[in-house]
Amino acid sequence: MGQITLNQVTKSFGDVNVIPPLDLEIKDGEFVVFVGPSGCGKSTLLRLIAGLEDMTSGHIAIDGKDATDVPPAKRGLAMVFQSYALYPHMSVRKNIAFPLKMAKMEQAEIDKRVDNAAKILNLADYIDRRPGQLSGGQRQRVAIGRAIVREPAAFLFDEPLSNLDAALRVNMRLEISELHKQLDTTMIYVTHDQVEAMTMADKIVVLRAGNIEQVGSPLELYRTPRNQFVAGFIGSPKMNFLTDAAAAEHGCKTIGIRPEHLDISRESGAWKGVVGVSEHLGSDTFFHVKVEGSKDPLTVRASGEVDLHRGETVFLTPQGEHLHKFDAQGLAIR
Amino acid sequence: MATQHSRSAARIMMAPAVILLLGWMLVPLSMTLYFSFKKFLPLRGGDLGWVGFENYVRFVTSSAFWPSVVTTLVIVGGVLLITVFLGVLLAILLNQPMWGQGIVRILVISPFFVMPTVSALVWKNMFMDPVNGLFAHLWKAFGATPVEWLSDVSMGSIIMIVSWQWLPFATLILLTAIQSLDREQLEAAEMDGAQPLQRFAFITVPHLSRAVTIVILIQTIFLLAIFAEIFVTTGGAFGTRTLTYLIYQRVLESQNVGLGSAGGVYAIILANIIAIFLMRIVGKNLDA
Repeated sequence: MGQITLNQVTKSFGDVNVIPPLDLEIKDGEFVVFVGPSGCGKSTLLRLIAGLEDMTSGHIAIDGKDATDVPPAKRGLAMVFQSYALYPHMSVRKNIAFPLKMAKMEQAEIDKRVDNAAKILNLADYIDRRPGQLSGGQRQRVAIGRAIVREPAAFLFDEPLSNLDAALRVNMRLEISELHKQLDTTMIYVTHDQVEAMTMADKIVVLRAGNIEQVGSPLELYRTPRNQFVAGFIGSPKMNFLTDAAAAEHGCKTIGIRPEHLDISRESGAWKGVVGVSEHLGSDTFFHVKVEGSKDPLTVRASGEVDLHRGETVFLTPQGEHLHKFDAQGLAIR
Repeated sequence: MATQHSRSAARIMMAPAVILLLGWMLVPLSMTLYFSFKKFLPLRGGDLGWVGFENYVRFVTSSAFWPSVVTTLVIVGGVLLITVFLGVLLAILLNQPMWGQGIVRILVISPFFVMPTVSALVWKNMFMDPVNGLFAHLWKAFGATPVEWLSDVSMGSIIMIVSWQWLPFATLILLTAIQSLDREQLEAAEMDGAQPLQRFAFITVPHLSRAVTIVILIQTIFLLAIFAEIFVTTGGAFGTRTLTYLIYQRVLESQNVGLGSAGGVYAIILANIIAIFLMRIVGKNLDA
């Protein structure tokens, strides 16, 4: 069980309105990712759901029951914090057992659950160490362990991977996805990293300045962004936008084309440009091409074998079916 | 070469400070040791020669010795208890956001700036005077007989005065410790179902243990040597004669420098015993 409904939720800090009226429906067992640039209110939204912040107005229902005035501990949600927030003076075992001890559970049951969590998360080897003696990834696992022993209705993750190095982040991303499959519990995950959002989510909620810009599955957002903001935010490297003449050709204010949907050629094409910086990733190469009539260079993804040098003249051709058109308000035209 | 040069330069430049410090410590220490083995009565014949350990034996066998050790320990223990307990409470209060926070914090710290002699006199004359003191007026306002603080509850009075002086120190150190507590830890505990008192007991108190250790260690060192507060209030009467005060009486009131010096050596030993004892109990809080 873990169905969460937000109904006309708002939040203001003094005069600053962080979250305008917002509705959201999270289904049981879903992996929902809140994504958006820094300061878009995604963490605040998570803390509202957790109950750590009070709503200015609106209602939250968890499993159909109104939870607006229910204190955080009674909501049946578990949270994993960005700093992990482990208790430094307690061993890993005591850290994980803490919520159960607070719930006045029997010692035998506590031991059983802690051992089970330690097994799922491979914590057994350092169960008696203190958090200070663990690496970042291990601490992360302990924090998750402390969340899963409570068997909560839903897990809340507040940018849990931002303190880890790149390799470990990829690893933990998989582990969290795996955990979600195993536990089949609702998870709400906050991140500013669209790669995390794309790879892990069942449903992505894109936020900007407290507003929900679009809700949908990762591929839905990738293929049919509702507006220019979502189009630019989802996908890596980000979508190229062209205005003026190129857009006027298609009868709209702005056109957008992803780097992977541009064909590059030395001989002929729709737009003529000069190669600038190229980023070689091995499998792929990203060329930044300065095109006549566009302020910013366009990013093009080409296969790693393509060999082009700075200053060469090239032609770019957008793949027509992947072209996105936007009107003056930035809304997508279909 | 460069490091060798700078090393010797550093030695030369540090030398004055080191020599001064060593002199400050070694000269009185060796003089105390020197006098403690002599019969030295400045007004009754001066230096009367070596006497071996006679001074040491006389100082310990004197009926005033053990009571003075107990008095010292009671004062130190009492003040530590009060300052740590109230210090934690005050630190928590001062950590709450409130109007005029900066001024309130300075006011709380201010007793620390008052000289011990002055604060003891203010307490003695303004608060504890059985006729004109504020406490006496308060008692009378309720129709009670004023308490003769410095003679009837002499130990309590001294502990109160010294605690008032040292509370700011404890509060200040504990306040900085509380400010360094990670807010997310408290929120995590809240999510985990800990009530406010449980959060205090399981998160805040362990976090403060290191700061409390420091407060206890530093205060003990200074409290073992309190003198002015006793000198200007009870003058060592009514069971408030600490070891320090006893030594003062032997040297200056009885004019027996040798006996007092032997007492000084005992005081050094006592301070070291307590220091080792404290390090053992609380020192483990300081690592990692």
